[in-house]
Amino acid sequence: MRAPFSTAIAIAVGLVVLLGYFLPIDSLRGVLVNWAVTLAGLAALVAILNLVGVHWRKLRTPKHPDLYSLVFLLAFLATFFVVAYLGPSDPQVQTIVTNIQIPVEATLLGIVAIILTLAALRLFSRRQGLMAWVFLVSVVFFLLLGSGILGFGSGLLPAGMVQFFQALPIAGSRGILLGMALGSLTAGLRILMGTDRPYSG
Amino acid sequence: MSLNIVFSLVLIVLSAVLILIYTLQRKAQLRRGRSQSTFRTIPAMMRLRRAMGLAVENGTRLHVSLGKAAITSPAAPSALVGLTSLERIAQMSSVSDAPPVVTSGDGTLAILSQDTLRASYRIANVPELYDPDRGRLAGATPFAYTSAALVVSHDENVSANVLIGSFGVEAALLSDSEDPKNPFTLAASESLAAQSVFYATAKEPLIGEELFAIPAYLQAGASHYASLKVQDILRWLLILLMLGGAFLNLIGVIR
Repeated sequence: MRAPFSTAIAIAVGLVVLLGYFLPIDSLRGVLVNWAVTLAGLAALVAILNLVGVHWRKLRTPKHPDLYSLVFLLAFLATFFVVAYLGPSDPQVQTIVTNIQIPVEATLLGIVAIILTLAALRLFSRRQGLMAWVFLVSVVFFLLLGSGILGFGSGLLPAGMVQFFQALPIAGSRGILLGMALGSLTAGLRILMGTDRPYSG
Repeated sequence: MSLNIVFSLVLIVLSAVLILIYTLQRKAQLRRGRSQSTFRTIPAMMRLRRAMGLAVENGTRLHVSLGKAAITSPAAPSALVGLTSLERIAQMSSVSDAPPVVTSGDGTLAILSQDTLRASYRIANVPELYDPDRGRLAGATPFAYTSAALVVSHDENVSANVLIGSFGVEAALLSDSEDPKNPFTLAASESLAAQSVFYATAKEPLIGEELFAIPAYLQAGASHYASLKVQDILRWLLILLMLGGAFLNLIGVIR
């Protein structure tokens, strides 16, 4: 068996946490979940250090040094020292971060909107068949329904029919979510049974 | 004990027992040399295998992106599926000169992806292929992660992108199939928003629980085959329960 010690720990901890939902062992479950959260925080720190290492090595590549890595490293160091000196909750730090992060993310969101519009227009060149038509008709119909043009009071559709159409996407989403829940259940059980091990030990 | 708790317990125990039975049955089939499975064809999975083969032939890389689900979050199962798929992809492309590169949007996931790569190469008897820089945290916020993963996809000789995990609408930047530098993208997520975005933008989107079928189609092991069988059984059970409930409600037995 691959990594028996790690597997035993994973199974034991998983079983205790799962049983905590059914038996009165909340305190033990809470302790284990808190340990997991602390470890996840530590892992984030290790992963960030790894990321810094990756960009440092990319910058030191003799043939084609990556200048974007230099930008990353400078931004990282500036952020790190300013936040370490002033503290993460300092209003000045918050102002600097939000004045850089929010405009950049808003721009990217704008690009996403353009990409999605173009993708919807080009859908038929890529995906031909019934499902593409169903997708397009659904998008247009539910956009109109959501905008209120076909809604209550407009007189275009009876109130009962509007209610029915408004419930349709919810039913579809629930169907997909039920499938996802069953998949999640079996994925979790594989970890608990030790047959799926996303760790090498 | 409330009815909800009893139902949850029954569902968990029943699923575990069924997974165990089907796993043992599948292992027995494999021992007897009957490795054929009875799954329906998912064209996207066949094209993924083809893209992996082409990447090995061309000396290009696969870019596997595992999403931004923290391992302690409810979206973690999609990340676990991503890790199992990564293990198989790394093993299957271990003959390539250019091993896959992995990006993630969460620290724990980045560490687990490195660990998975190391384990895969050890199992494939090529431990020298392991490079910790090939499994990296791309960014800590959703947009930072997507932007950095996009750079990896463009700059590191990548011929196919495999997106498996938890994503948001921003993943459209990664999955846009009209991008000339992005010839093949297989995309699967547990998020409904991401699924609809992938349907419009990605070359090979997987919808709904097809996400959880990826490891079984990559022949990750008997337990994955068993899981698919159990999901099918549970789905029919739920359908019968819902229809039964609706009928009983209709005739006024329950309200």
